[in-house]
Amino acid sequence: MPVIMYREAIRDAIAEEMRRDPRVFVMGEDVAVYGGAYSATQGLVQEFGEERVRDTAISEAAIAGAATGAAMCGMRPVAEIMYVDFMTLAMDQFVNQAAKNRYMFGGKTTVPMVLRTEGGAGRCIAAHHSQSLEAWFVHAPGVFVVMPATPYDAKGLLKTCIRDDNPVLFIEHKMLYNNKGEVPSEEYLIPLGKAAVRREGSDVTIVSYSRMALRAEEAGKKLAEEGIAAEVIDLRCLKPLDLDCVLDSVKKTGRLVLASEAYKEGNFVCELAMKVMEHAFDLLDAPVERVCAANCPVPMSPVLEDECIPRADRIAAAARRTLGKA
Amino acid sequence: MGKVREVKRRRAAGPAKAAAKGEALTAEFKLGLLRRMMEIRGFEDKVFELLGRNILQGASHVYAGQEAVAVGACSAIEDRDYATSTHRGHGHCLALGADLKLMMAELCGKATGYCKGRGGSMHIADVSNRNLGATGIVGGNIPVGTGAALACRLQKKDSVVLCFFGDGAANEGNFHESLNMAGKWKLPVIYICENNLYGMSVAFSRACAVDSICGRAPGYAMPGRRVDGQRVLEVRGAVLEAAGRARRGEGPTLIEALTYRYRGHSRSDPRVYRTKEEEAYWHDRDPIKLFKADLLAEGSLTEESFAALQAEVDKAIAAAEKFAVEESPYPKPSELLDDVYCGWVETEKGLVRTGNS
Repeated sequence: MPVIMYREAIRDAIAEEMRRDPRVFVMGEDVAVYGGAYSATQGLVQEFGEERVRDTAISEAAIAGAATGAAMCGMRPVAEIMYVDFMTLAMDQFVNQAAKNRYMFGGKTTVPMVLRTEGGAGRCIAAHHSQSLEAWFVHAPGVFVVMPATPYDAKGLLKTCIRDDNPVLFIEHKMLYNNKGEVPSEEYLIPLGKAAVRREGSDVTIVSYSRMALRAEEAGKKLAEEGIAAEVIDLRCLKPLDLDCVLDSVKKTGRLVLASEAYKEGNFVCELAMKVMEHAFDLLDAPVERVCAANCPVPMSPVLEDECIPRADRIAAAARRTLGKA
Repeated sequence: MGKVREVKRRRAAGPAKAAAKGEALTAEFKLGLLRRMMEIRGFEDKVFELLGRNILQGASHVYAGQEAVAVGACSAIEDRDYATSTHRGHGHCLALGADLKLMMAELCGKATGYCKGRGGSMHIADVSNRNLGATGIVGGNIPVGTGAALACRLQKKDSVVLCFFGDGAANEGNFHESLNMAGKWKLPVIYICENNLYGMSVAFSRACAVDSICGRAPGYAMPGRRVDGQRVLEVRGAVLEAAGRARRGEGPTLIEALTYRYRGHSRSDPRVYRTKEEEAYWHDRDPIKLFKADLLAEGSLTEESFAALQAEVDKAIAAAEKFAVEESPYPKPSELLDDVYCGWVETEKGLVRTGNS
């Protein structure tokens, strides 16, 4: 099977969908000539031209809003907001217009659009370029939130998102773009709302997504060396959410660790912990543990940035705590 | 405020401009415009009455006084075109051809309304009839309208988009980002700023650094034009010209229509920020009164036929009230979660796919 990078998987997904469907087009800051701030749209303008791959002004509200209007009029925009931090500037258009129009208008319109963005820390670019803001969008009824961790998932999920009739926030991770992975050369789609079990185990369940899913796997390996069998789940989609996958695992393990790169307070995993309590309280043998970013703006200094973001050893330590092996 | 009023007084003194050059409108067509303005006025008066009687709940920002803008503008576009609307959007929706009964039912939160009672006054949309929807966020529709125009362009249609907003919205960032995008890409959109002189209570002259919105047009590489928003044919003429430009691929236009809302911003507004004299001035320049006088003068209308028309409109409004208030059911509580997503439904465990979306 061919091995490609995460950013190539993104680009291939968009290119394939653009070849398949003339309604699909790309717009955003630096997406055409430059090929995307993280090179995820490299080569698209050469193949599809400037009409379908549009460099925009630095106007996040107009990007998100124009995608919404174009989607309501029969197009399938794949618009890019360069950093999830910049979603603050597109917030109204995405959560008030794109998200709600279908419901408010009595189900008489659809808004089939994908807003691609990327988040996460790791490049020492500080508080306005390193956040993980997915919880804000999970809190907005009407939109999906998808956060792939591997090239395979990035491609298969993005293609599905482009074909879905709902507005999707597709959050990539800046530290994953150069990661390589196996991606089939033939076409495939990954359904939304299906988690992936990365490692099977019966002692403790570790649930994560995006880059933290890779750190959770790393933690799982460390724990295995100590004789602890962790089941590691990558959610891939926060909404729709594969709650059954988590519950089935907790049924086996009775212990749950949730890892996320977002601020601890109000983190999406708090919602997930609540859901598990609602549906499987009796299955839990220990309090649910969460491993999240510190409640401070992400700092620039590499030492502080590293301290701020969960590492594999902290995830492993949380897993041990659930087993009384702290 | 004084300066803006002076500008308006000067305009008011001049003759009404002709409609689009060489356009010969039939008496029947013009009577249709008059009737639609009267229907909007009747509808809004009824809405205000129902609000006062607590039959209608929620917020309703009524359009009375501004009828010539919506009717003139919407008369100048075709079935293949689109419009986006504002929180003061009843007039736009009706001018696009919406049914009085379904409109009133929506305002009453009834299942028979345009949006099944989910949107109400501030979120009226009739998507199948060109109206991409009203919004509760001031200026929130400007990027959306711009994107609709982008879709027309990408689909190589000669459709255009009418994007309504007020003088208040013109000071939002969305205005700047959108007009820049449309100007750069020469999108087929007509931005219509209904300058009714107040953003809620704050006078335009107290909120805006310049004394005209259309004066900003050169900054976006598009023509800007101020029209008398009380003159339905003047608005129509300006929009026809702008639509022609847009269809020819020459890009967007910014039209500023000077107008006035008779009622307060909303039901609870006592209008302490403006004078009785100013209100009287604008009532004297009522868009229905002005157009009626034109039609009487040219012989398309008589006092008798006007009275007959008014009776028909009153009857239609009464029928809309009866339909909405007495005959229409509320939505079922079980329908609460319908249509949040397309092809997915909310269950106890979260979203489950139902369709092939």
